[in-house]
Parts: sequence; structure tokens; C-alpha cells
Amino acid sequence: MSTTLPFAATQAQPNYLNVDYGWKSWLFTTDHKRIALLYLFSITAFFFVGGMFAVGMRMNLLTPQGLFDHDTYNKLFTMHGIIMVFFFLVPSIPATLGNFLVPIMIGARDLAFPRINLISWYLYIIGGLVALGAVVQGGVDTGWTFYAPFSSTYSNTHVLITAIGVFISGFSSILTGLNFIVTVHKMRAPGMTWNRLPLFVWGHYATSLIQVLGTPVVAITLVLLALERFFHAGIFDPNVGGDPVLFQHLFWFYSHPAVYIMILPGMAVISEIVTCFSRKAIFGYSFVAISSIAIAVLGFLVWGHHLFVAGQSMYASIAFSFLSFVVAIPSAIKVFNWTATMYRGSVSYDTPMLYAFGFIGLFTIGGLTGLFLATMAIDVHVTDTYFVIAHFHYVMVGGMVMAYLGGIHFWFPKISGRMYPEGWAKFAALVVFVGFNLTFFPQFILGYQGMPRRYAHYPPEFQVLNVMSTAGASILAVGYLIPMIYLAWAWRNGPIAPQNPWRAKGLEWEQSPTPPPTFNFDRQPVVTEPAYNYSGEEEEEVELGG
Amino acid sequence: MADSETPLAVHEPELRHHFDDSAQQFESSVLGMWVFLVTEVLFFGGMFGAYTVYRNLYPEAFASTSHFMNVTIGAINTAVLIFSSFTMVLSVRSAQLGQKKALIIFLILTLILGCVFLGFKYVEYHEKWVDHHVPGPGFRYEDTRYVHQAQILFFLYFAMTGMHAIHMIVGAGLLTALIVMAARNRFSAAWYTPVEMIGLYWHFVDVVWIFLFPLLYLIGHTK
Repeated sequence: MSTTLPFAATQAQPNYLNVDYGWKSWLFTTDHKRIALLYLFSITAFFFVGGMFAVGMRMNLLTPQGLFDHDTYNKLFTMHGIIMVFFFLVPSIPATLGNFLVPIMIGARDLAFPRINLISWYLYIIGGLVALGAVVQGGVDTGWTFYAPFSSTYSNTHVLITAIGVFISGFSSILTGLNFIVTVHKMRAPGMTWNRLPLFVWGHYATSLIQVLGTPVVAITLVLLALERFFHAGIFDPNVGGDPVLFQHLFWFYSHPAVYIMILPGMAVISEIVTCFSRKAIFGYSFVAISSIAIAVLGFLVWGHHLFVAGQSMYASIAFSFLSFVVAIPSAIKVFNWTATMYRGSVSYDTPMLYAFGFIGLFTIGGLTGLFLATMAIDVHVTDTYFVIAHFHYVMVGGMVMAYLGGIHFWFPKISGRMYPEGWAKFAALVVFVGFNLTFFPQFILGYQGMPRRYAHYPPEFQVLNVMSTAGASILAVGYLIPMIYLAWAWRNGPIAPQNPWRAKGLEWEQSPTPPPTFNFDRQPVVTEPAYNYSGEEEEEVELGG
Repeated sequence: MADSETPLAVHEPELRHHFDDSAQQFESSVLGMWVFLVTEVLFFGGMFGAYTVYRNLYPEAFASTSHFMNVTIGAINTAVLIFSSFTMVLSVRSAQLGQKKALIIFLILTLILGCVFLGFKYVEYHEKWVDHHVPGPGFRYEDTRYVHQAQILFFLYFAMTGMHAIHMIVGAGLLTALIVMAARNRFSAAWYTPVEMIGLYWHFVDVVWIFLFPLLYLIGHTK
């Protein structure tokens, strides 16, 4: 199947961006690359909406007596959590970079089900609009976890609409995962064996497993919650024999694996960046690959560590505590292997690599504090304090958002065909790193000193650390705005990107034109070497550059 | 760009541009359907999990409710669904052999059986309504010791059978679409993927019912 297409090798190649400019060609596209861009823009919008709520929270926490009343603050942190988790973090890397790159990296012309891919974007948008509708009508105050019986019986805010929005967007997530699984199984190019799959694809495959296995459970949990709100049968109400802890079990059965949906794609991006900018094959390829699957599997067995103080049996807690330690092992394997990859590599400090450094450091702090929390004795002390907030923001923001930005920069030339301004990008990466740490490190101390999460007001002795955190959040916000501006500028005005600006390995750089044509390749790609064969780089020649 | 589909010597009408050949396309569809059914297992699994927890908490109350379930209708409906799975298998077989007439007949039979099931389900729901066994403010229960616990069982009964019925309704819609497509000669022995897909879906929905029937109707009859 190595037929050369008639239009190949002309200079002004048609690519997926210039093939058609009409709005219909975007809204009805089935091209995975265009859908990835639709996702990119919508996700960015939701990121800023969720960020606005965070701004409100940090403003409120500047002073001990606060700026808002309790009800408003409850809504702020709830909407921040719901938007950021369900409408930014879960789809962030998989639906944008994953959507764009998974087919190209395995040498396919598209995902297995292009129309389902488009449907998933529409479901995401509908779900997002429904959830935003709840915001416009006055918001919701249950926390992103929707804990019953508050959410099912007592809250008089728009729980039902929000739950419907999350429910709908859940199917977008399921369909993305389903598409990836089938694509990776059935559409790999000749020579692209499982042992040669880029680690980016392994990470997305593991993510997809969680999306497919976990999301339906949270979907049915929200259905039960909605029915309960409607019928008041008391299924989660302890007054009449219902079990509120059951809700927590069902919720975390999805939502703990979901935090791996929110980190595995980040790890997938970092694996690509580290190996490219170290000019060295990844250390222990199969360990990194299998550790993704191990995280996906073990991630389903640890949800009970969210219930240590919820009245769960002590023996169950011991088992969940132990398993939570076990799930840290594959994550640690990745960190060690990235470090070992850099050891004696020729490391360069381009922007994506700066984000990768940020990721490795911050994720390690986030992950290790996760082990503190998996220890029952410590968890009882810091449950529902800012320690927990700091922990998961180190993983979600310090990890995932760093990886997302790193990935956006790394593949920006591929996606847009242009280069971004390196100086501004390095500056922004530094601002993000400083702003992030100033925001969230004080929260570890606050939490350890006993400041509870989700309170609008606090005792005056916590003010200094809270002011530091708010100052950091302002810096962080600037750090997110700078890339927005220069990337938007570079999209039209940046210098034209060469075929492979990073001299990276992988089908997307070596065999697919930059930017790719609609069907990704000018000729059927064939894989003849293992992934990340950087050591064989000298005998490589750029034969597809033009 | 459309002409980049041309690398294939033989271009089959239903083969989409991004697949190499029909076999790859068919295998992808089947795998996709199985993955979707896995999500469905987890979807119903949440409710089965809740059922398990509450039945463990309130075994006597749950057992007492099965005297108010219509076991006869439940048993008939079980037979109806199993038979509809059989006609569905025959539809798929007819599609594989390219027998249009048999395909349409078996699809219609399957659809009728599905509607019979839904009709009986309506009768049952109506009984529950009349007996005040619908959870909510109007709920009454004959055995006053178990009012609250029984309400949880009936909540699960309506959630599980209701979700199952919604899947049946979706299935009936899909069968109707298949019948229309078959009548318009869309299927051939070379391409009948939708029949195969919806067949898998239909069997899955039947299997869910086979679990629901004993768990909801028969638990009190074991003593």
C-alpha cells in the first residue's frame, strides 16, 4: 500500500488548515485535526471561565473576613471545581493533542470513527453550555463532588442542571476513549507494533481505558442523584435508611480513576518531550509504557482513600491505604525513567523542556504528598484542609497544565505550521512556575496548620500565607495570559516552521508534512525502527522535508 | 482532497476513506461496539452495586417486596426477550447470507417482541402506580416495618427497569431504522455492519434483563 498520491511533493501543499475556510468546513468536519482545534478553543474558553471563579476565590481569601458571603463563596469553589475538572482537565490533553496526534503517531489517516469524534465535541459543548446555564441561573453550591444527602435533599441551588451538564459531557469523554482504543488496536501502520508505539499513544490508551470503564459509573451515579432529587425516595438519605457513603463510593469509583485521566496524558506528553530534548531514547521504554497501564488498572482499586473519615470500615481503609501506596510505584517509575533519560543526554533548554522540568518537579511534590494523604494517620489530621487542595493542585495544575502547555509548545509548529517566539515562551514558562509555587506551596502549610477547605472566612493568623497565595495566583494568571497572546500572534505571524524543528523522532515529525494534509500522510507510512531511535540519528536524512 | 481515496484498486461503496479495506473497517466497528457495551456494563453496574449494598443491609425488607412484583408478567417478559434474541440472531444470519426478505421479517419480529415487552412493562408500571408503590410522597407499603427500606427497593426497581426500558426503546428505534435500511436495499452479504452492531446491542439489553428478573422478582420466593 505504498501508492504515491498525485499531488504529493509540490511546494505549496494543501494542508488541513488551508483546504477549506468556510465555517461549515469546521463545524461539520470529521477531520480529527480540525476537531482537535475545535476542542482546543472551547477548552481554553472553559479554562478561563473556571479561572475567573478561582480569581473570585483568591480575592475573597485576601482578608480573614472575606469579600463574599458564604453562599456566594460556596458557589465559586463549586463552579471552579466542576468547570476545571469536567470541562477542562478531563478533555484537555486527550481531546486536543491526543485527538490531533494519536492517529498521526500510529500512521492512520483518521480516528476509527470520525463522525463519533465530531459528536463527542458537540456533546462536550452541549454539556458545557448546560453547566454554564446553571451558572447563569445562580450557580450550584454542592462542591464538585456533589456529596449526598446535601446535593440530593438539602441544596436549593441548580444541582439538577449541573448534573445533567456533567452527565452529557461524560459521554463526550467515553466516546473519545472508545475511539482511541479502537484506533490504536485496528489502525496502526505497517511496522507500528505495540512495542514501537510512542509513549504518547500508550499514555492515551491507558487514559482511554479509564474513560471507558469509569465514566459510565459516574454517569449512573448522577442519574441516581437526579432521580433522588426528583422522587425523594431517600436512597442517599440516612434518615430513612439510605446510605450517603454509597454515593461517595460510587462517585469516587469514577472520580479517583478520573484523576489519572487528568495526569496520564500529561505524563504521555512529558515522555515525548524529555526524550526529544535529551537527544536520547527513553530509558526503559517498556517500563514507562506498562506503567501507564498499571496506573490505569491500579487506579480503579484505590477510591476508598477518599473515605477514610466517612465511616468506612477500618479494614477497608487499610486495604485502600496499601493500594494507594502501590499505585505510586508506576508513577515513580516514570519519574525515575525520565530522569535517567536526561542523564548523559545532550539536554537542551527549549520551552517544552522547561515545562517538562516544571512537570517533573511539581508532579513529584504532588505525588509524594499524595502518599502522605494515603497514610491514614496523617489523612485524618489533614482531611478537607488546604493540604489536600495543595496536593491535588500540584498534580493537576503543576502536573497536567504544565504538561498541556509544554505539549502545546512542542507541537505548535506541527499544528499551526509556524514557530512561536522562544524568548517570550521561556519567560512565560518561568512566570508560570514561580506563580504556581507561590500560589500553592503556602497552602500546604495552611493545611498542615489546620485551615479547612471550602470556608469563606478564616482566623487572622492564616492571613499572611493566604496573601502570598493570592499574590501567586495573580502571577500565575499573567503566566497563562502571555502564551495566549503570543501563540495567537504566532498563529498568523510567526516564522514558517520547518518540517521538523526539534529534529524529533516519530511519524508525526518524520513522515507527515508540517502542517499535515487532511489525510495526514502523502504516502502510506511504514515504520522500520523502534520508537525514539535517537542514537541512530546520524544516518537519518531528511527525505520528506519538502 | 477527495481523490486521495484512490489508492485502493477496488473501492467498495461503504468503505470509508480512512480504512484500508472492508475487513479492517468491520473489525473496528465490532471492537467499537464491544467497547461501548463494556461502558454499558459499568453503567448498569453502578445500579447493581447499589442494589447489592442495600440488599445486604435490608435482606428481609427486600425479600418482602417480591410478593408485590408481578412474577407472571416478569416470566412472560423474560421468555419474550429471550425469543427476541433468537429472532435477532436469525436477522444477523439472514443479513450475512444476503437474504433481504428474511432479514426484514426477522427484524420486524424482533421489533414486535420488543414492543410486547414494553407493553407488559407498561402494565406492570401501572399496577405499581395503582398500588402506591412508586417512590416519592405517595408511597405506601403494606408491611409497616419496612416502609422506608421497601421504598429504596422500589426506587432501585424503577431506576433499573426504567433504564432497561429506555435501552429497549432506543433498541426499538434502531430496529426500525434497520428495517427501513433493509427495505431500501442498503445491506448486502458484503456489508451488513449495522445489523451486526444492533444485534450485539439487543443481546446486551436482553442479558441485563436476565439479571434483573431474578434479582427484583424472585428473591422472596427462595424460602
